[in-house]
Amino acid sequence: MSTDATEALERSAVPWLFATALVTTAPHVLHQPNWLSALTGLILLLAGGLWWRNAQPPRRWQLVPLVVGACVGIFVEYRTLFGRDAGVGMLLVFMALKLLELKGKRDAVVVVTLGYFLLLTHYFYSQSIPTGLWLLAAVVVVTATLIRLHGGPASTPPATLRYAALLTVQAIPFMVVLYLLFPRISGPLWGLPQDAHAGQSGLSEQMTIGDIANLALNGDIAFRVRFDGPLPDRQKLYWRGPVMEAFDGTTWRPLTGKRAAERIELLSPPLTYETTLEANQQRWLLALDAPAPLPAEFALNGTLTATARQPVTQRQRFRLSGSPDYRFNVDEDPQILLRNLALPPDLNPRSRALAASWREAPPKQIVQNALDLFAGQEFAYTLQPPLLGANGIDDFLFQTRRGFCEHYAAAFVVLMRAAGVPARVVGGYQGGEANPVDGYLVIRQSDAHAWAEVWLENEGWVRVDPTFVVAPARLESGIANALPAGEPLPGLVQVRAEWLRGLRYRWEALNNAWNQQVLGYNPQRQRELLSRLGLSDTDWRGLVTLLGAACLALLLLITGWTLYHRRSDDPARRLWLRALRRLTRRKVNCPPWETPLALLRRLETECPELAVPFAEVAEAYLAARYGQLPGDLKILRAAIARLP
Amino acid sequence: MRLLANLQQRLFRWRSDGTAPLRLGQRRIFILPTRAGLLFAAALAVMLIGAINYNLALGHALVFLLAGLGLTGMIHTFRNLFGLHITPGRCTPVFAGETALFPLLLANDRPTTRLALELTAQPGLPVNTALAPLASATVAVPVTASRRGWLELPRVRLASRYPLGLFVAWSYLQPAMRCLVYPQPLHSPLPAPSAESSGGQYSGDGGQEDFAGFRLRLPADSPRHVAWKASARDGGQRPLQVKQFAGGAELELQLDWALTDPGLSAESRLSQLAGWVLAAEAEGHCYGLRLPGQEIRPASGGRQQQLCLETLALFPT
Repeated sequence: MSTDATEALERSAVPWLFATALVTTAPHVLHQPNWLSALTGLILLLAGGLWWRNAQPPRRWQLVPLVVGACVGIFVEYRTLFGRDAGVGMLLVFMALKLLELKGKRDAVVVVTLGYFLLLTHYFYSQSIPTGLWLLAAVVVVTATLIRLHGGPASTPPATLRYAALLTVQAIPFMVVLYLLFPRISGPLWGLPQDAHAGQSGLSEQMTIGDIANLALNGDIAFRVRFDGPLPDRQKLYWRGPVMEAFDGTTWRPLTGKRAAERIELLSPPLTYETTLEANQQRWLLALDAPAPLPAEFALNGTLTATARQPVTQRQRFRLSGSPDYRFNVDEDPQILLRNLALPPDLNPRSRALAASWREAPPKQIVQNALDLFAGQEFAYTLQPPLLGANGIDDFLFQTRRGFCEHYAAAFVVLMRAAGVPARVVGGYQGGEANPVDGYLVIRQSDAHAWAEVWLENEGWVRVDPTFVVAPARLESGIANALPAGEPLPGLVQVRAEWLRGLRYRWEALNNAWNQQVLGYNPQRQRELLSRLGLSDTDWRGLVTLLGAACLALLLLITGWTLYHRRSDDPARRLWLRALRRLTRRKVNCPPWETPLALLRRLETECPELAVPFAEVAEAYLAARYGQLPGDLKILRAAIARLP
Repeated sequence: MRLLANLQQRLFRWRSDGTAPLRLGQRRIFILPTRAGLLFAAALAVMLIGAINYNLALGHALVFLLAGLGLTGMIHTFRNLFGLHITPGRCTPVFAGETALFPLLLANDRPTTRLALELTAQPGLPVNTALAPLASATVAVPVTASRRGWLELPRVRLASRYPLGLFVAWSYLQPAMRCLVYPQPLHSPLPAPSAESSGGQYSGDGGQEDFAGFRLRLPADSPRHVAWKASARDGGQRPLQVKQFAGGAELELQLDWALTDPGLSAESRLSQLAGWVLAAEAEGHCYGLRLPGQEIRPASGGRQQQLCLETLALFPT
């Protein structure tokens, strides 16, 4: 008996294995270091060359240096062999090396299994619609390879691909049923490697001047929001991130340490909304200011920033509410107020001198003085501010006068503190773009913003946005309109052509639907679906039973579809039936049980004018159906054509 | 062991299928995952754990798609055998030590191809075939013929892993087919024509010495005796003629059991006789065969050789 293990691999099946290797490894070029992609490509080329020259595969020991070299390289690159990226790198190298040592059919089956496995690893990096489609096509190619391996040379490439596509299409119902009904477990099952969620950018926990300007070049979506009611005024959409109170001359950082809970007084009814937050590796939820009332699973951190218990490492959906008009901490801890007056000594003397001259005025007047300063003089809003020296605020206020939102926020807070008004910088996002297709408000990284908060007697912390004074358009219609022409911006943000923007809205709405409906299908959605099906109190056992029943029904259905086959599929018989229909039209009764020759004999007596042409038909049919050379239908077809 | 045999008997219902054509229905087809299928399942399990751990929605979808692919692959492997028509053929005799070929006519009445069908009657001697849509093919299943006599076709395992190789579907066929195995010929010098035969009553009939006229050729006549020249003269219009000879009594051979080496075993003596029959036919002698209790009159030609070898093959010892 021959098994896969001993069976030799046909030479003509090897190109299929290369196709498998290519479709499963190629997209990783985008994520793996260049040297690793080059190494993988070189090994594949080498293996292809060996196949082309029909040469012997290299011996095991000859491959050892390659394996060791690749492992060392991966270790140097990632400092581990087992993380997410390192693991994928190892799999890529193994895939390429396996093609160098193809001997039997078993090696080929290993290549295919590895190929299926590699397909999964692409989802670490992207789960978008194009990735999904590409991988569906890749599944067809890998499956075709498997079919070719077992079908032998009789399995021609087009037929093999068609068969693989048919199998994949038949597998899709199983996928849908399993996707909906398989008991979902929220991962992770155990600690993920360090780099599990690497490579996702966003607002950071501290602010150095220039950070947000960099972020403004990033058109990625930070989060999407859908309000239950109508969309509020754009100028009120402040999405609150970290509050930064410590300043060392260059960088703003949040203060650490325990704080008393916020005392919030809501002045307008809360707006409820659902937010879908992309992974940002931070705990803050970027909730609408002020985030109250807050659901129980979240908390405020003492500076009115809503936070989750765990960093947001993957796309998540929450229901939140926020009140744009509020009073916050009217009685603030004096210790905190003191810390919000601290400035690094010896830095920015000119700013401090200017602010000191305002000290006698009431705090509201001081705030107005600073805003007037920004409004009156030649201050410009730009993404490309000149470099600032050690006394950054002085340089900005008195020399360059060109800056982005963080310049204005930081300068404003420094002036306030120097004038004796407690103030701090707040990071977050401002505004957003409403997608008319699905009604979602889309907030991008380019909507990142920094503003200031000052503490006033009897009013608590009050938001002041100095950018509004310099570039009112920034708040009214977004960054693209606030910046002077010629400033670099991410392609998607600066698009002004109507039709292109419509296309973009459509594409993003499609992506959003994909994210919400397909990727966002989680245990909670599963429960909702079951309760809609009338199975609200189903535990996992019920779910498994339901799943089993559904799969069994599908299996029977597909078995029936596959095995069903009509008896009259014989082409000669089909033609014969056509001839009988012709006779019926000529008022000849043709019972189905009559044999061709009996029918002919009856015709000879009943209607002799038909008997002569019909004799040819009967003879051709008998020859085609039962003769020595079955399948020759031309004569039969011609004879039927001659029937009157 | 007996329990297992009993179980197999029950499960697979091993019994002769007779000589009639048979069609593979679902009760005859068995299906189990292969080693590659188990590897695939293990890979899927690991992938599912990975997808759960990293919360990959599309990872779940991929694993479920591949699981569905495995299931549909199972159905298609089953279909590759389902409804196959198998008709036993007729086998030509072989000599012991050769490989007997049992022809089976496989007919596909589906509009789809059936690839990678593997028939095995004897472990280590598989034969592969493929059937085009609505086509049939004859497959000769090899079995080593080790002993003379009738060789029954052992149980044939018809198996297929097509299309995905994750499952193997198989069916046991046991058509009533047998192949006659002649004794393995032992080559030794022909015995001298026996004196007894020279005066026998058959002398003068069918000899090879004196030309005696023509007669119509019969299928059993050796092509060597055809009057090719005469046939060529009339341009092949008339049926082939055979030259008839008279006389040649002194070359009439009696291949007698008694003439074989008595020191040999009975089987070897039969082998020696078989070798003589082949040699006598090859040299164009007229020969007869005498065995204890059986006798074949001297004659020559393919039929005579066949008759003698059959007698030797079935000679009871």
